[in-house]
Amino acid sequence: MLDLFRKRRMWRPASKLKGAYDVVIIGGGSHGLATAHYLREHGITDVAILEKRYIGSGAAGRNTTILRSNYKTPEGARFYDASVKLYEGLSQELNFNLLFSQCGHLTLAHSDRAMFVMANRAEVNRLSGIDSRLIGPDEIQQLAPAMQVDNPNATFPIMGALYHPPGGIIRHDAVVWALARSADQGGAEIHQDTEVLGLERSGGRVSKVKTDRGTIAAGQVLNCTAGWSTLISDMAGVKLPITTHILQACVTEPFKPLLHVVVVSSQMHVYISQTDRGEFLMGAEIEPWTTYRMQGTLNFLQDVCRHSLELFPQLERARLLRSWAGLCDLSPDYSPILGQTEVENFHVSAGWGTYGFKAAPIVGKTLAELVATGRQPELIAPFALERFYEDRLVSELAAAAVSH
Amino acid sequence: MSFVLTCPNCGPREVTDFGFGGEIGARPSREPSFRELNAYNYFRANVAGRQREWWYHRSGCRAWFIAERDTRTNEVHFTRLPDDEDPAGEAMVPAGSGLAGARRERAAGTRGWDLR
Repeated sequence: MLDLFRKRRMWRPASKLKGAYDVVIIGGGSHGLATAHYLREHGITDVAILEKRYIGSGAAGRNTTILRSNYKTPEGARFYDASVKLYEGLSQELNFNLLFSQCGHLTLAHSDRAMFVMANRAEVNRLSGIDSRLIGPDEIQQLAPAMQVDNPNATFPIMGALYHPPGGIIRHDAVVWALARSADQGGAEIHQDTEVLGLERSGGRVSKVKTDRGTIAAGQVLNCTAGWSTLISDMAGVKLPITTHILQACVTEPFKPLLHVVVVSSQMHVYISQTDRGEFLMGAEIEPWTTYRMQGTLNFLQDVCRHSLELFPQLERARLLRSWAGLCDLSPDYSPILGQTEVENFHVSAGWGTYGFKAAPIVGKTLAELVATGRQPELIAPFALERFYEDRLVSELAAAAVSH
Repeated sequence: MSFVLTCPNCGPREVTDFGFGGEIGARPSREPSFRELNAYNYFRANVAGRQREWWYHRSGCRAWFIAERDTRTNEVHFTRLPDDEDPAGEAMVPAGSGLAGARRERAAGTRGWDLR
């Protein structure tokens, strides 16, 4: 009973920075924390996670929590599938209920061309052992009875959809907290309100990390800062093919359970799910211009409401509770940039555009392996930074160009 | 609300009127290596701060112009047509970059190929 009043901490409060760490992870989001969590498996515990604000304050706490693996390229599909599989066991592994519901994921097709691309994606997915298939309007209606599927006046009539049953939604904050707790239990230090100001290079390596709380020596440095990754990489002298844009989302007030799948339309630039709290969570497209300012735009709200109402006219009277923006680091081929760079001990997890949250556990696992062994794991080899210099892109334009 | 850009021809308009053409960087050398060309095609400075960039007045006069904008605040410091004088007193167009640069080079016969 007394236990009720005990103050429980998920992780230790900030201590002073030590003078040196084996591994310094810049960015306390889902990727940085997952890497610290998986480094435990390799016995690497002398780790510092440096976070400019508070953990999960960036993309990890601003995404629309959708998980899926129905990507277009075999490299991408295999990679994201490994991530969804890790997510499936993550609640157990971290002993924390992450509220993962694999409710299914629908990508609507509104044209013959879109149907062709969806069929193509379904084939690629099935060859990689991923449950994904093309379905018609009748089956869509069965999966989402509340959605207006057969509307003769629709701007974009629904012809079919790519149905991906293992896709779903998860509680994103819980993922951050649980990974942080595990990293902390393993001995990693989480330093919030600690901004990296510079990286010192010596002999082709990053030797020191300058922060606003002092300078620390680092064996290996990981850049897991998503929208800000160019700024950190510049400090190490590593150029990235990235531009930073804002992506926005909004939620309505809560309603009774109405929608039990994730609905995405790339042509209407909208993705909708209903959270466990009952709110309709809607996201749209990134703004085309680059910016570091996380401020929403009116045209986003107009577009997302117009398109959502076309699918769910019953939301006409729903009020929006809040909307927000986050930063996305967009790469030219809509695939991530992972692992080694030309600086020996400086690794990146960047170029995450609008799909970084889906990949958190597999990024953590593979980056931890890279740090421990010094070798780029086979699963992430296609996503090396070097591919842009050699023009070997992994184009996910068809499956990730619309953010979801 | 996002922000307002001043088209040098049409005056102030909301940003949704315009197409974004990306940051202005140096063009590759005349005969770039494969690696150099790929670096030019894909890599970006992506600065947090003042940035020169191309914009296109898609829903208006359809002219391409240059803007200097602070990417941290979205404050636009100036806009100008490529051939106009630079308010900051810099080169008309940063060394051989973009369409105006190509146009000038073409007029001067210094470039063998056409960008149109």
